[in-house]
Amino acid sequence: MSEVDLLIVGAGPAGMAAAVTARQNGLDVLVIDDQPAPGGQIWRSVETVAATKRGALLGEAYAAGQASAAAFRASGAVYEPGSQLWQIEPGFRAFVTRDRQARVIKARAVILATGAQERPAPFPGWTLPGVLTVGAAQILLKNAGEIPEKPVWIAGSGPLPLLYMTQLLKAGGRVAGYLDTTPKGRLMAALPHLPGALGAMGDLLKGLGWKAALKRAGVPVVKHVAEIEAVGTDKVEQLRYRTANGREAIVSAEVVLVHEGVVPSIHPPLALGCKVEWSDVQACYVPVLDSWGESSQDYVFVAGDGAGIAGAKAAELRGHIAALRAAVKLGRLGEGAADERAAPLRSSLGRELALRPFLDTLFAPRPQVFAPPDETIVCRCEEVSAQEIRDLVKLGRPGPNQVKAFTRAGMGPCQGRQCGYTITHILAQAENRPPGEVGFYRVRPPLKPVTLGELASLDQQEPVA
Amino acid sequence: MFRKLHEPLTEAITIYVDGAPVAAEPGESVAAVLLRQKEAWSRTTPVTQSRRAPYCLMGVCFDCLAKVDGVASVQTCLTMVAPGMRIERQQGKRSLSA
Ligand code: FES
Repeated sequence: MSEVDLLIVGAGPAGMAAAVTARQNGLDVLVIDDQPAPGGQIWRSVETVAATKRGALLGEAYAAGQASAAAFRASGAVYEPGSQLWQIEPGFRAFVTRDRQARVIKARAVILATGAQERPAPFPGWTLPGVLTVGAAQILLKNAGEIPEKPVWIAGSGPLPLLYMTQLLKAGGRVAGYLDTTPKGRLMAALPHLPGALGAMGDLLKGLGWKAALKRAGVPVVKHVAEIEAVGTDKVEQLRYRTANGREAIVSAEVVLVHEGVVPSIHPPLALGCKVEWSDVQACYVPVLDSWGESSQDYVFVAGDGAGIAGAKAAELRGHIAALRAAVKLGRLGEGAADERAAPLRSSLGRELALRPFLDTLFAPRPQVFAPPDETIVCRCEEVSAQEIRDLVKLGRPGPNQVKAFTRAGMGPCQGRQCGYTITHILAQAENRPPGEVGFYRVRPPLKPVTLGELASLDQQEPVA
Repeated sequence: MFRKLHEPLTEAITIYVDGAPVAAEPGESVAAVLLRQKEAWSRTTPVTQSRRAPYCLMGVCFDCLAKVDGVASVQTCLTMVAPGMRIERQQGKRSLSA
């Protein structure tokens, strides 16, 4: 069994930063990550791509990841890419699979830096080949230098579609049209938060720059799109959409990219029994954390977008801050010294977070995201429709775990990562109670599917308690 | 559905998709290769046997599962190509044996 002071799960901006600070304070650090290289999603493949032509079209914020990855590599932390965490027990014992071998890692403290995922936004046809998330398309561009073959339809809201379209056009790709799903009136609602956001003016200007670039390129934009549907038998053939004021159209489409914001990856903290709370404005759960990022469970920290969506710069700051506290708790750093070092990090973090109320209000997801039409498959794994969930409600007042037991929704390999919030919202509407009260699936191990062969490999090395 | 920005591939390697040789580039994911094929899908579902293709590319949807070098239900978006790798699109029920 390997034993370390600090186990960091995730090698994105937060995990890498935490590793650097933890090492500077003499902690023995192991970083595991399911990706093959450091950088997380934002800096995917940054070590090999940043210096290339493709790196140039991805922009400065992407290139910035190269320095962070280099600092991480030089930190002296043990780094094991391609590792899947499938169970973590208090104490801590982490069960990890790498190269089809399972093993147990013992750690005195844990920093969960598992980032975010795109918010699942089910609509009829979203399971057809040809429908991908915008984030997925951007990963294809970063990792494989790959773009949609034909002019692509993009539907969604938030900064990511704008950024991706700008990159795609620079790369020589084409956009058939952008279906902007941001509801009417959001800008007015967000404006009161603008003064607070002015500290992050640079980011706001960047967003406006992307919009201007799209306009110059003549990308057709349809505003206030409320409903979309992908139509086809074995793959997407057409895209149907409807705007808030009832304008409908059907267009032919081969690839449809969708994006309705991002939500923290909540499974690892839930598995460790960390307290979470419902965020109305981000419509998701976020872990309850103290000012160091420590959760309700002693010695378990959450850093990065997993602590609440705030972007890469905030993620790095949160990683450093959490590592300082871990060093204090493990007896390597005095409290005073940690406070002193955390102070400038905290004020930078404050500036990053100041932009969030404005962005969160501006890009709050459209209500249809949480109220898919009856025929929509909500659980992609077990193919359970919205109708089936609503039918169950007629029989009683089920919670997410009863729904899971009755329909198998949430029981497939993704473990509710794609359907969890949809189930919560459908139940909340049907039962007329707030989503925060309905709750979320109980998260049970394994967090990722494990094969019998992998379990057997564990048995050969260790007796499992 | 998707295409490479640069064609032909520099430093191409060969992998096999359902037995057919296919060009790939070191460092890219198997899912990225599948999305460039004429048949751009990875598996059929256990319940209704409908086709699925990689959707999230970051390990959270499991629609990219395929058989890789004989091992079933591998997340191809988290698996990088290697010379001679054999990919088989996966039909129906997941297998737990490995
Ligand atoms: S594409 Fe979603 S898990 Fe691989």
